Amino acid sequence: MESSAHSPVLGQVQTSRLLSGGLGWRRRSVNVVMTALIAGAFLLAMIPLFSLVFEVAKRGIPGLSLEFFTSDARGVVGGGGAAHAIVGTLVITGVAAVISVPIGIMAAIYLNEYGTGRLRRALTFFVDVMTGIPSIVAGLFAYALFELFLGPGIRLGVMGSLALSVLMIPIVIRSAEEVLKIVPNHLREAAYALGTPKWKTITKVVLPTAFAGLVTGVMIAIARIVGETAPLLVTTGVVDSMNTNPFQGRMQNLAVYAYNEYRSPGVMKQASYDKAWAAALTLIAIVMILNIAARFVYRRYKTEIR
Amino acid sequence: MASVDTTTNAGQLLAAASGGRRRLGDRVFSRTAVVAAVTILALLAGVAIFLLSEGFPALTASASELPEGKTFIDYVAPLAFGTVLASAIAAVVAVPLAVAAALFITHVAPPRLALTLGYLVDMLAAIPSIIYGLWGIFVLGPAAVPVLKWLEEKLGFIPFFKGPASATGRTMLVAGLVLAVMILPIVSAVAREAFAQTPRRLQEGAKALGATRWETIRMTVLPFGKSSVMSGAMLGLGRALGETMAVTIILSVSGAVSFNLIGQANPSTIAANIALNFPESSGLAINALIATGLALFAITLVTNMGARAIIARSNQE
Repeated sequence: MESSAHSPVLGQVQTSRLLSGGLGWRRRSVNVVMTALIAGAFLLAMIPLFSLVFEVAKRGIPGLSLEFFTSDARGVVGGGGAAHAIVGTLVITGVAAVISVPIGIMAAIYLNEYGTGRLRRALTFFVDVMTGIPSIVAGLFAYALFELFLGPGIRLGVMGSLALSVLMIPIVIRSAEEVLKIVPNHLREAAYALGTPKWKTITKVVLPTAFAGLVTGVMIAIARIVGETAPLLVTTGVVDSMNTNPFQGRMQNLAVYAYNEYRSPGVMKQASYDKAWAAALTLIAIVMILNIAARFVYRRYKTEIR
Repeated sequence: MASVDTTTNAGQLLAAASGGRRRLGDRVFSRTAVVAAVTILALLAGVAIFLLSEGFPALTASASELPEGKTFIDYVAPLAFGTVLASAIAAVVAVPLAVAAALFITHVAPPRLALTLGYLVDMLAAIPSIIYGLWGIFVLGPAAVPVLKWLEEKLGFIPFFKGPASATGRTMLVAGLVLAVMILPIVSAVAREAFAQTPRRLQEGAKALGATRWETIRMTVLPFGKSSVMSGAMLGLGRALGETMAVTIILSVSGAVSFNLIGQANPSTIAANIALNFPESSGLAINALIATGLALFAITLVTNMGARAIIARSNQE
């Protein structure tokens, strides 16, 4: 990198111009204007964030009630709560995490500790591909798979979980790979020197060292998928009553609930909109709590690596 | 990566020392890791295979059997047009803002604020798309109506703003703007990482020669981060192409192919079309929707591959 002393980015012309004389009025004002533009652009980009959080809180709070959290919407006109959607969100996301976390972390272990040659290269490449799958396509995949075996029009909670897994696995792998990478090699070497087999080195030395980072990664991955709507719209369907069994029947969830209350409001339009916003507020709260808790876990429990 | 190889070698040496046969625990654990890797490849192959097998009937069906009585190509073309148009608006708006936000965080704001400001931008990525949709139709759309009217009156000679302006704000322009907000954090994160890695030597050199802050940014930071910004922009574009719910909720669709961004009649996008029609469809209509999903997958794949190729090329240099 010695050549950067004569870097093309800071070429002769610019250098001589910079050296000639003091800071002219023009250069100074360009600097001020551009700095202001940059700061202004940042503020402009932040307006939607604040507007969105403010509006969701303002419009969501009227719809929050004890009923919203405790009852479903079976056979009620205009009233009813979202308990079935909250439970559905937990079940669908939970099953997705149960599928994705072991596969994702084992695959990251493969990439970082074992992988060599063609399989490693293929996995790295296809995890990149997987990161780019649009969420609706993941939903269509789950539908196409289950339709083949269970017939057309099928809707199950577990189909949604499968679709979400397609989205979640690459996120888990990427973050797990990052934290495994920063576990220093001298820890592994010390374990080997003591005669520890490789699998015990990984399970007793590498994973515990990386534990806080792994947990943080999983929490952020869950936060990313918990609000997914599109893949669930085509796989888990819409339903008014409580269903806790992911292997039988349709299952509601918060995101689809919010969409449905907005799209097909009943006779009491405003009540439906209120519930859509209340569901949105609940979702934002879940996402924010997961994100903040993830950072807390990392700061509090990360292993100091010297 | 060299250090990883030495530990692998150490493990092999160890195995050799213990009589050349690997312990049972080692065999089971490494097999499990390989199985996980292969499962993921199989899952991805499954995505392609099942979409192909369920989409195929629509590709070969005659026009009269398909929704709207069109051949598949005629059915998907306006949707692909809408998808690309909405994403293009998003990218055009988001990229300059994202680059500026990244510059602000890395080079303008006080360094001790950088981490917090970064979190704020990342928060935009954490918000579920259904909420962007609700915000777009209840807040941004109504707020945009007077602006759309103004665009029609003052800039109506440009085809994009021909009008008549929508009275609800459910237009391509508003949908594109919401998509821009959604992809901004992705583009910004990639740019931020690159800008933060600009060699100090270059920046200090520029400053020592008397460059102002903007001149330092223009002569060292921006050239250094150029390829990262491009790949970040393409990653953002890929995200915008597949984004579903925000567009589904905001856009008032008619199937028209039009460059008019502020009107009531807009082309739909592939993803929004699936979300709108899938729940009530059956038979071949389902196959047709799955086939459009396959087309969407292909478009995003090409875009993302382009982004990776740019990254790979700039890493080589």
